[in-house]
Amino acid sequence: MSQIYRLNNIGLINRDKKISFKFNGKKYFGYEGDTLASALLANGVHLVGRSFKYHRPRGFFGAGVDEPYAIVQMVRNNETEPNVRATEQELFEGLEAKSVNCWPSVNFDIGAINNFFNKFLPAGFYYKTFMWPKSFWYRIYEPFIRKAAGFGVASTKYDSERYEHKYEYCDLLIAGSGPAGLAGAYAAAKNGARIILAEEKPRFGGSLLTSNVNIGNQSGKDWADKIIAELREMPNVTVKNRAQVFGYYDHNMLVMSEKVSDHLPKTKKYIPKQRLWYVRAKEVLISSGSIERPIVFGNNDTPGVVLASAAKEYLKIYGVLVGKKPIIFTNNDSAYETAIEFKNNGIEPIILDTRSNPKSEIVDEAKNLGINIKFSHVVVAANGYKKVNSAQIAQISANKKDLGIIEKINCDCICVSGFWTPSIHLSSQSGNKTKFDDKIDAFVPGKSKQNETTIGSANGIFNLEETINTSFEKGYELSKKITNKDNKVSIPQVSEKNYTSHDKFWCVPLPDKKHYKRFLDFQNDVTVSDIELALREGYRSIEHVKRYTTLGMATDQGKTSNLNGLQLVSDVENKIVPSVGHTTFRPPYTPVSIGAIVGREVGKHSKPTRKSPMHSWHKKNNAVFVDAGIWLRPRYYKKGNEGLFEASKREAENVRKNVGVCDVTTLGKIDIKGPDSAEFLNRVYTNAWLKLPVGKARYGVMLREDGIVMDDGTTTRISENHYHMTTTTAQAANVLSHLEYYLQLVWPELNVNVVSTTEQWAGAAIAGPKSRTLLQKLFPDKDLSNEGLPFMGYTEANLFGIPARIFRISFSGELAYELNVESDFGNFMWEKIIEVGNEFNIQPYGTEALSTLRIEMGHVAGTELDGRTIPYDNGLDGLISKKKDFIGKRSLNREAFNSNERQKVVGVVPLDKKTSIPEGSHLVKEANAKLPNPKLGHISASCWSVEYNNPFSLAILKDGKNMIGKKLYALSPLKNKSIPVEIVSSHYVDPKGERVRS
Amino acid sequence: MLYIKCPYCGLRSQNEFAYGGDGTVKRPALNKEISDVEWNNFVYNRKSPRGKHIELWHHISGCRQWIKVQRDTVTHEIFKTVEADKDI
Repeated sequence: MSQIYRLNNIGLINRDKKISFKFNGKKYFGYEGDTLASALLANGVHLVGRSFKYHRPRGFFGAGVDEPYAIVQMVRNNETEPNVRATEQELFEGLEAKSVNCWPSVNFDIGAINNFFNKFLPAGFYYKTFMWPKSFWYRIYEPFIRKAAGFGVASTKYDSERYEHKYEYCDLLIAGSGPAGLAGAYAAAKNGARIILAEEKPRFGGSLLTSNVNIGNQSGKDWADKIIAELREMPNVTVKNRAQVFGYYDHNMLVMSEKVSDHLPKTKKYIPKQRLWYVRAKEVLISSGSIERPIVFGNNDTPGVVLASAAKEYLKIYGVLVGKKPIIFTNNDSAYETAIEFKNNGIEPIILDTRSNPKSEIVDEAKNLGINIKFSHVVVAANGYKKVNSAQIAQISANKKDLGIIEKINCDCICVSGFWTPSIHLSSQSGNKTKFDDKIDAFVPGKSKQNETTIGSANGIFNLEETINTSFEKGYELSKKITNKDNKVSIPQVSEKNYTSHDKFWCVPLPDKKHYKRFLDFQNDVTVSDIELALREGYRSIEHVKRYTTLGMATDQGKTSNLNGLQLVSDVENKIVPSVGHTTFRPPYTPVSIGAIVGREVGKHSKPTRKSPMHSWHKKNNAVFVDAGIWLRPRYYKKGNEGLFEASKREAENVRKNVGVCDVTTLGKIDIKGPDSAEFLNRVYTNAWLKLPVGKARYGVMLREDGIVMDDGTTTRISENHYHMTTTTAQAANVLSHLEYYLQLVWPELNVNVVSTTEQWAGAAIAGPKSRTLLQKLFPDKDLSNEGLPFMGYTEANLFGIPARIFRISFSGELAYELNVESDFGNFMWEKIIEVGNEFNIQPYGTEALSTLRIEMGHVAGTELDGRTIPYDNGLDGLISKKKDFIGKRSLNREAFNSNERQKVVGVVPLDKKTSIPEGSHLVKEANAKLPNPKLGHISASCWSVEYNNPFSLAILKDGKNMIGKKLYALSPLKNKSIPVEIVSSHYVDPKGERVRS
Repeated sequence: MLYIKCPYCGLRSQNEFAYGGDGTVKRPALNKEISDVEWNNFVYNRKSPRGKHIELWHHISGCRQWIKVQRDTVTHEIFKTVEADKDI
């Protein structure tokens, strides 16, 4: 199909590069520099979608972010993306897009039947209809609404594109590169400020690209190009196009989304699709411009009704005519520019001006060009279903209430202009108290709360000279405040035609006996009668009207509709707009893709992965890894066809029989130094620490102030004023913060320093009856006998020339040691242990065997110390000092903590000695009691006891100590299991603890 | 995102800090006999004021110092930040 609406001699597109693309499966051509919208319009395609509620045909209304209709589903690199505005999507070779909200096709849409049942779809339809019966909600209403709602379909596939985040700091952020933004940026940059200039569109210049003005004896566009070129050369300036500043947050933090590759057929390797910038700016210049608002008239949603400014943009930037027989319907001077552009390109427009006799240079110019102008005339309604084919027009009375005789004139588009609405979104988000400006019938920024200044038409200034002058001034002033420099650049001369004031007219009355739909919110299908109904039903607050009717709630957030909605509420309520007030502006200004918000923090990148120095050895030896907090730990080492069960059983058996070695590098380690260290530990832990001798380790439990166990571990006295604390892997960071809190805030008088040494030490636990013999071979010169290094002893030694720490501590319940060397020597240590241990049948063991060993010994760990239990629940009564105070002690006196009803840790064995009990199973008296079956406790950890070769579990059970010997049931509805069990002591293996002391 | 002036490191973004709750709470002295009510107030009860609030922040990804911050809970304005052992 040829581009029959394309002109040859106008526009900024590159006609040398023809681009093919597909829309709804059909192939078209456009040029480099087109948007999807301009290319479709060039091909005469006006029908691009169906409306939200009534499924009415919809075309293009704007040419940028304000577009309410032309939302398409993009297909790119075999991935699909919803909610893309065709007016913003730049054309690239092979682009594919589809219409949304229509079935089976945009031309024949079944849902359009809603249009004829519109009486049944009034405002608040959902609230009124889907209320009862309640049981219908999940089965019928919700699935129906979900199917019917929304524009486009989210992909269910993993998004393979790359998104990035960037943090930036600057003196001055300028949002928008129209005349105001360029002037402000240039003045500030020349005065030495570090600036970022962000433009949402691909081209810089804003309104200068389409207006006929002169700045400094050159066209507006040439001036803009010159300024941008100069700014790009400056080291203190960052210039970004396709970058939308969409949110203004606390403390001058702004976020912008840069569309790096959305305009390219394929993302380049290592280049993101989009980049999210977090910018902390000392000052912000908001030059976000203004958006033209429509005049409301009958069937004003028909394809072919467009904003006058959009028609001009399509013509001047893309060389595209939105129609060849245009009507320009306006209440102000700016639309005359559109008419003049049409005329200059050989098209005969008709201007309908609601004003009776406007006097200005631009009106005179239109008259002189011989353009047909009808003053005091309005468009009453557009005719045509899928495209405008004519318009009902009439004269309007001076009071704007009565219509004259209605006549029909032929046209193929209606370019409408109801004056301009400043884009105050960013200012308002910053906390600025906006105010209503009577002169322009719109809200403008008022008193700033943060360091922001709004300039240009975003501030309600529509005169170019004033915009340029004030923006230069502001850029200079703000930069001077920051840089203390005084380089003022000269302000260029500006010439433009003068304008006269607009007409405060926004809605064409309905003629007698006509019920044209007059749309306020085009994207959500909210009509004038919907708002009137909501007001009749008693909604008063504009926030309530908005939510009830969905006015301004769609993805365009009412950029073209909000102000007309306010006008209507004010008119019906006999109020003035400022007393109705506007709804709150919230970020984002335009939709932001979820991928950009998530950035690189996806999958494994969502948090750092920490690996022990022995990681590569584990990998080489078939370790299967498990996430332990942010660490990767070997869960088991696979041999042959072994699964988790077989491997971990083998590993645990070998520890009980021979000797095993386990990587314990991940345990939290905290170095504690200072003369008051003993006193500090005595306050932190529940047991006594003042008399721990040098060269000894002790097991300790620490509580939170509310009496709940926070963490446990061993701490060793390395020397007089030097301790080495270990924590669980999971709590390492919290424990350090906890210690710092008490040292810095509660007891600053204690002379103690703490620092994390988790990553400085590599650790290996050597456990099993043969561990001493093995160790003796590693350290032949050391006395490692039971007397030389007794249980809970500590010594330092040389491991083949490497300094090492030896702790005689045990988590497995066997005779065991823990070896620490500096991380860099971790692998060396590990390989030596394996090498020397081979003759003792050493095997490495993973976390699964580690768990088995601790469970059958009845050692409590994370699943019992679960943030709900106190020391008494865990059988740690003996560790609670009666003599001294410590963190959380006072809470242990609470009545509830001393009740017999408390759940305590016990052991559980299935009666058949075969069936493993799923973790999380509930313990109950009767297997088949009526639901909810009263729960007495739950299984916290399960293993296969290698000592007795049958399943064994730990449980937290009500009145646990008195339940030993009783028979209960372990129920797991999840696994559909009901297992008869016996309660036993939690110390299933070696209850007297003889092995660790052997 | 707040911009918090750490007394040791200068202005840093909020994501370097962890929030630490009410900065005016004083832990009862060790070994002091106190009533259940007093203890419960210390452990559990906190005010949630509208407006100025003195609170603790921990510069967890920075100097690891606990600091006191006076912040407006409505506007997020930060009036003052001091070292943990000083009073606002």
